[in-house]
Amino acid sequence: MPKQTVREAINQALRQEMGRDENVIVIGEDVSGGAGSDGQRDAYGGVYGVTKGLFGLYGEERVIDTPITESAIMGAAAGAALRGLRPVAELMFVDFLGVCFDQIYNQAAKFRYMFGGKATTPMVIRSMIGAGVSAAAQHSQTLYPMFTMVPGLKVVLPSNAYDAKGLLIQAIRDNDPVIFLEHKLVYDTAMDVPDEAYTIPFGEAAIPREGDDVTIVAFSHMVNHAITVADKLKGEGISVEVVDPRTTSPLDEDTILESVENTGRLVVVDESPPRCNMATDIAALVSSQAFDSLEAAIELVTCAHTPVPFSPALEQLYLPTPEKIEAAVRKTLKG
Amino acid sequence: MAITPLLMPKWGLAMEEGTVVEWLKAEGDVISEGDEIVEIETSKITNVMEAPSGGPLRRHVAPLGEALPVGALIGIVAEDSDSDADIDAFIEDFNANFVVEASDGDEASGPDIVSVGGYDLAYQRLSGGDGTPVIMVHGFGGDRNNWLFNQDALAAQRDVILLDLPGHGSSTKDVSDASLGGLAQLVLDFAKAIDVGRFCLMGHSMGGAIALEAARLGGDTVEAVIGVCPAGLSNQVSSTYIDTFIGAERRKAMKEAALMLFSDKDLVTRDLVNDLLKFKRLDGVDQALDALRDGVIAESNTSPIDISAIQAPVLLIVGEEDEIIPLSADLPSGGEVIRLPVGHMAHMEDAGSVNKAATQFFGTAAA
Repeated sequence: MPKQTVREAINQALRQEMGRDENVIVIGEDVSGGAGSDGQRDAYGGVYGVTKGLFGLYGEERVIDTPITESAIMGAAAGAALRGLRPVAELMFVDFLGVCFDQIYNQAAKFRYMFGGKATTPMVIRSMIGAGVSAAAQHSQTLYPMFTMVPGLKVVLPSNAYDAKGLLIQAIRDNDPVIFLEHKLVYDTAMDVPDEAYTIPFGEAAIPREGDDVTIVAFSHMVNHAITVADKLKGEGISVEVVDPRTTSPLDEDTILESVENTGRLVVVDESPPRCNMATDIAALVSSQAFDSLEAAIELVTCAHTPVPFSPALEQLYLPTPEKIEAAVRKTLKG
Repeated sequence: MAITPLLMPKWGLAMEEGTVVEWLKAEGDVISEGDEIVEIETSKITNVMEAPSGGPLRRHVAPLGEALPVGALIGIVAEDSDSDADIDAFIEDFNANFVVEASDGDEASGPDIVSVGGYDLAYQRLSGGDGTPVIMVHGFGGDRNNWLFNQDALAAQRDVILLDLPGHGSSTKDVSDASLGGLAQLVLDFAKAIDVGRFCLMGHSMGGAIALEAARLGGDTVEAVIGVCPAGLSNQVSSTYIDTFIGAERRKAMKEAALMLFSDKDLVTRDLVNDLLKFKRLDGVDQALDALRDGVIAESNTSPIDISAIQAPVLLIVGEEDEIIPLSADLPSGGEVIRLPVGHMAHMEDAGSVNKAATQFFGTAAA
């Protein structure tokens, strides 16, 4: 099976779904690049090159460069979805979703409900999340807890290339608005990815490492940190299970609870500030549903309650790291 | 005088590391070639390793429970005349020079593709001895990698050709003709297309029915045929299994299906279940499996293959605890039958016995 990076896997998913269904369109800032200028079209292919090559295959009617107007991108995508297209709208950084949040949480997320189930909104919003590259406070947030709390939105956080492709195809075929968030630091990680199209259902966690002593639930790129820690501690005879929920809405509560019922210890890793995030949400879930299984206090490894620092040194202090996760695992094992 | 290292085996293309779970022979035991000496767990499945050669098992080198790369030193076979110091020096030297083989599973080990009957059929050919080549036909929902514990043993005597049936593995997913006769003819056409001349066949489950029917149709182009827990005899394929497998969209349901395949339920690992799900989630696979259920599976349930009409010698290897195609009292006459105390995946659960029987049977058929 060929190895693909996350970037290639997402590109292939878009290519294949656009080939399969002519209603699938891509819309966003510089998704091809060069529109309206004298220069070469498709010069850019998105800020990280993820949509590169789609323009040559599907042309300007289906690969649409927009002005820098986030509310217009999301409004156009939501309207197009209502009328039967399947737009994949790209916003360079999730941080910019504030500009067009009304189109998402108050419009797209509500259509099916407010039109009595007669309308569907099959749109996907792709965007980039995450710190770790010194992109500073306005280009480094994760923000997925904010979308997760809105009924009517589905939220997807792939941590690797195989999942990215299957989840994106699922998102495009889904009839509800889906927020698909790609972490900057995973784009170049590669693994075996089938060339054929395939889907991964939402609300099914993956378990990249099985273990019996401690459960780590982690999201997006933090899954890779959790795996690093699990592999390291295995050498010491500490058996760590890593649960990657893959989607925060819907959330695979059963797999999380079953894992904690087996291990009795839980660490949740969330690259978000410490209040009202997925870590607190999962801690609440487990303490209300599996309290009797717990043998130690739940440990939360999150970011600091501060804007993401620009300074690389401070950014590392802000972020969950393998060292912090390892310390949290050890803490659950004390006493 | 010779010190022989026992190395972590490579079972199938995906295996990168294995863990010694249990030694079945103690240090000091004298072992013979083919003895089951050590139980090794991979991410997919646990299997026993057979001694590649005989002699006193002098040393267990691999610590229990520690994952080691393929090719790592796990034990030492040496004559009594070799001193402990010599063995220590050998181990030190081996480990100092040991390099983990780079695993680029990409182009090098990818399957070949041949166009036959409107399909792109994927296959892999392992080069072996001068014996008549054998084409291996996997079962419903399987693929060419199901033979991981058998392919190397068989390849000691002959080329082994691992085929992906339509709808499976890396072959075309759209199964345009899912009938038993159609698929059997396809196997014969495949053999012609890759120019193997005369060949042996070995098929498992649904692939067993296809292999037996291909042998019936193929006349003297088929030298010998083995059906491992084959469909198409007088017994019925469990509709519970087929329906559970086809309906399984998530891990729980798929695990339920996978548990029916083995008599030793511990063999069903999460990776094995995930691999089955990965296959099931490919576009076109659900339709392919539906077509095969309504075609070859239904057909082999209602119209058993006439074994006595097969010109080539026939060997049937069946599992006494097979839940998928339960053993019927009246196995057909006309073929040799070997019963093993295992479930439906006999070629995985008791690879040693299956390999021995297959090697011997194919060898006799050629003589």
